[in-house]
Amino acid sequence: MPTAMQAATPTSPRIELRGITKIYPSVVANKDISLSVMPGEIHAVLGENGAGKSTLMKIVYGVVKPDAGEMRWEGQPVVVANPAHARELGVGMVFQHFSLFETLTVVENVVLALPGKPPLGPLAQRITEVSERYGLPVDPRRLVHSLSVGERQRVEIIRCLLVNPKLLIMDEPTSVLTPQAVRKLFETLRQLASEGCSILYISHKLDEIQELCTGATVLRAGQVTGHCDPRQETPKTMARMMIGKDLPHPQHGAPNVREPRLVLAGLSRASPDPFGTDLQDMHLSVHAGEIVGIAGVSGNGQQELLAAISGEEPLTEKHPILLCGEEAGRMEPGARRALGLCFVPEERLGRGAVPRMSLADNALLTAHRQGYVKNGLVRFAAVEAFARQCIDGYNVKCGGPQAEAKSLSGGNLQKFIVGREMLQQPKVLVVAQPTWGVDVGAAAFIRQKIIDLRNEGVAILVVSEELDELFEISDRLVVIAKGRLSPAKPIKETNVEEIGVWMSGMWPDAGDAEHRSPAHEEAHHATQA
Amino acid sequence: MIDTLVPIFAATIAAGTPLVFAALGELVTEKAGVLNLGVEGMMLIGAIAGFATAVTTGNLWLGTVAGMAAGAAMSAIFAVLTLNLMANQVASGLALTLFGLGLSAFVGKPFEGVSLLREGAPSLPLLGDLPVLGPILFRQHYLVYVSWAVFAAVSWFLFRSRAGLVLRSVGESPDSAHAIGYPVIRIRWLATLFGGALAGVGGAFLAVFYAPMWVEGMVAGRGWIALALVVFATWRPARVMVGAYLFGGVTIAQFFAQGGGIAIPAPFLSALPYLATIIVLVVISRNVATIRLNSPVSLGRSYRPD
Repeated sequence: MPTAMQAATPTSPRIELRGITKIYPSVVANKDISLSVMPGEIHAVLGENGAGKSTLMKIVYGVVKPDAGEMRWEGQPVVVANPAHARELGVGMVFQHFSLFETLTVVENVVLALPGKPPLGPLAQRITEVSERYGLPVDPRRLVHSLSVGERQRVEIIRCLLVNPKLLIMDEPTSVLTPQAVRKLFETLRQLASEGCSILYISHKLDEIQELCTGATVLRAGQVTGHCDPRQETPKTMARMMIGKDLPHPQHGAPNVREPRLVLAGLSRASPDPFGTDLQDMHLSVHAGEIVGIAGVSGNGQQELLAAISGEEPLTEKHPILLCGEEAGRMEPGARRALGLCFVPEERLGRGAVPRMSLADNALLTAHRQGYVKNGLVRFAAVEAFARQCIDGYNVKCGGPQAEAKSLSGGNLQKFIVGREMLQQPKVLVVAQPTWGVDVGAAAFIRQKIIDLRNEGVAILVVSEELDELFEISDRLVVIAKGRLSPAKPIKETNVEEIGVWMSGMWPDAGDAEHRSPAHEEAHHATQA
Repeated sequence: MIDTLVPIFAATIAAGTPLVFAALGELVTEKAGVLNLGVEGMMLIGAIAGFATAVTTGNLWLGTVAGMAAGAAMSAIFAVLTLNLMANQVASGLALTLFGLGLSAFVGKPFEGVSLLREGAPSLPLLGDLPVLGPILFRQHYLVYVSWAVFAAVSWFLFRSRAGLVLRSVGESPDSAHAIGYPVIRIRWLATLFGGALAGVGGAFLAVFYAPMWVEGMVAGRGWIALALVVFATWRPARVMVGAYLFGGVTIAQFFAQGGGIAIPAPFLSALPYLATIIVLVVISRNVATIRLNSPVSLGRSYRPD
């Protein structure tokens, strides 16, 4: 039997790492890491934010050079000089921070990562085919800067699938996909694996790892703390291996709903971007002391709605947006923040934080209203103390308040930005993708903080593509589809199936809903009273 | 009327040609994310190297090649400083211009007052005999046709070829380009050398064919105008051409105005080409979306691979 097995499957692993070590000036990213992946194996790399997963993957892909250690490719020792070399070997990678060029089109972005010189016309055709086959719809002619985060990720995945890799590295690939798209992606990955492709899969979603992966290596603080077979484990036991203790579970008390703080009264706007989504007659009120979730597949108007609410793209009329009782439609972001709005954008680098500025400076950018500027001068000590408060309070792993925002891993930066906004005592908090790329422990922590803020009487609007998350924290849910908002439904009166159907734009007639919604809101109040 | 305008237009094209070379070169450099403010210095070095070689050898084409090589050599100094040693691009570029000013004046001392035989512009067969267009477009110096070829080649390279796409991607995001495996530093080196070589050709054209003589500081700010052209033309070659010929046109027009005895102070007329070019370009380049889509995001930033 063993000999038969050996004949059927190659004996040498597709890739084997031995004693990989990488030390950065302020942190040991990887210490003596060993792991191996067989052909056709889907191998998970598990770990908290900052555990060193991304660095390890960059070493495999040749972006970062290790300080010590050996790598073997199909039994032969190799030194991967650069990503082009890695691609020649047959390694493909989907990055967590996307490596896309914003001013180029999708097809131009794809062709840059392909060997040879395929002509753009037929390539666009192939992109469309692949994107349809794997349920990753994207228009090859669009400019990347007009795509949402979810759509950009689709481009990254498609780019890898086009080269038929032998080893595919996926760094948090499903974080912004819909449940259906995740299922399709898994089918794709399983099919790739059955054809002999090895997959290194990084995700913080333990249930996905359990469903998909056949082996796992757990990292904590840059070191391997164990190997396991996810099929033999439960998400709970894997979480314990990863963070060293049991997962906290968010506490969700009954809401104490008060006056409306953020009201959309017939918000409509044509998108200035030819590929954007037009917002159509949106009605919604978010009250003090409740969390309203907005569900929907990315690219259905979330970006445009958030830009309208944050003030990044002010409206031409005042009345469609009421913020704490004031007509705020034409206000700039600063004026809205002065009214008590705090905002966590979807893009962490570039919108949420300035990549090349220190954490303290980034904190000052939105928190300067908290008395950190006196007579036109910045009180640097106080700002630094505030940044430290964000770092300590939200467990951000970094080199201190003077660390560059860019140097943090995605999840840690997310924690910092969420902390910065939440610590400003907002009256209204708008959060896009609160836990995107954040590991389970930190995600549970952020969700709990959001709920705590609600209990303190803040009006909270959460836009997320993760339905589980929305069901966990929201009091009421609305769905956004094709630039329209569904009526709001209390979370207890709905379920994943219904919201899933609504996400394709099919909710009870919109005209009807408008007549019903005020009454519905009243009923909601009545139940609370 | 036509008879007076035709020579003006013909002279316009010749006067704009140094700018066409220098600005197209700088355009390619900047598209790769490198801001080389040393264009003025590189043009001056190109001018004196070209003129000196042409005088010594008696071969004008050899002079042009020498100008090109000298410009490229200047840009190589810049590339070593900014791309390999990570020096600040703005400061290094300014230093390069000052260096070029001083060195060209020093080297050029013996060549002041030396005259070079003016080579008459050849007339292209058939095309040169066309009415109106013939004298304007087709009785120019060969280097003018070369500049048109460079324009076509640069436009095609940047927006139609894969190599151009790679170059633009490096200027857009060197981190991403490095991550998918392109040699960022090498590509930036090549783009910088190309920019230097073309600036050198522009300077050589000025000293060897256009003037033809050597005067200290004879580039007279054309390098700076070339830099401004690239920005205000929102990094698009066709607009660079428009700007360059506009500058040439106003230069020639003000000569005629001065010669015609119009009662406007001469210094103001001399400043006019610079003013007019910048005003027109600012007006046509106000569209935020065009700037957003065409400007290289990483322009002027050093890139250090991990």
